[in-house]
Amino acid sequence: MPPIRNHPTHKGSGYRHRGFKNLPAVTPGLAGLEGDDSLLLMVAELIPTDVVTMSSEEESLVVSLRSGDAAAFEVTVRQYGGRMLTVARQLLGNVDDAQDAVQDAFVTALRSLDRFEGRSSLATWLHRIVVNAALMKLRSRRRRHEQSIEEFLPTYLDDGHQARPVPRWGESAVASLEQDETRQLVRQCIDRLPETHRTVLLLRDLQELDTETVAGLLEISIDAVKVRLHRARQALRTLLDPVLGP
Amino acid sequence: MTKLTCHELIDFLSDYLDGALPDETVAVFDHHLSICPDCVAYLDNFRATLQATKTAFAPDAAATNVPEELVQAILASRGK
Ligand SMILES: [Zn+2]
Repeated sequence: MPPIRNHPTHKGSGYRHRGFKNLPAVTPGLAGLEGDDSLLLMVAELIPTDVVTMSSEEESLVVSLRSGDAAAFEVTVRQYGGRMLTVARQLLGNVDDAQDAVQDAFVTALRSLDRFEGRSSLATWLHRIVVNAALMKLRSRRRRHEQSIEEFLPTYLDDGHQARPVPRWGESAVASLEQDETRQLVRQCIDRLPETHRTVLLLRDLQELDTETVAGLLEISIDAVKVRLHRARQALRTLLDPVLGP
Repeated sequence: MTKLTCHELIDFLSDYLDGALPDETVAVFDHHLSICPDCVAYLDNFRATLQATKTAFAPDAAATNVPEELVQAILASRGK
């Protein structure tokens, strides 16, 4: 057995990676991503909670919310609801369920305002709550028939070589990821992933939540998050061959 | 230098990209990639896959407004 298997690759705490080296396209804040409001949320996620301070605007909003101010609640719904709806729709895949999740999230938020300590921004706090609401909805939803993730994982020969040669995706295929038509096909591929794996992929690679946070939300171990994420990425790579391959 | 199979490389690809592997192991990976075009292709596609997840939902993110009915429903559910 090669030494790599013996190496502690998963270090638990301190593993707070939120993106990939050498991958400019997934780094928030780069060209092409500007002017996108919802990214503010993503950027907020990138900042460790202990250094985020609420803006004075948010602080006074929270004070008004705590005092039961109906107008402040409406402002909050209009200001943060859009981002929350986006997140819920990404996780749930349909608008009706997403709207239910956002509504549930606001009910929860009002009930838990006392426990909001201001250690994260209001946006980040609401983001966590809507992710939770969407996950609850996912759990309650009837499972559709799903293919096993194994079917989408690479296969190997006895000597460890890949059993099938990997089709090279050309540069133009990868560039087509910016087109609406390709995006839609990619979303369909993501949708074909088994739910347990799709959820981890979306929370980690799209929402950019860290491994520990995802483990907590899904009530699974950190190692389980890492295993599911890697398998989900591999499976999605396989599913994308017909879309991006030659 | 220790031998590494394509299978092992691909199993640890997320760790490799995360920078979660020790330097000696990274060197073994880099060596394998320098002699194995199949793994280079896999790595390139894998990176593009990560990018694909990001871009797939980009239009969504820009466009979502809260529909008025939803705003009203949420306001009505307040205090229940
Ligand atoms: Zn190889």
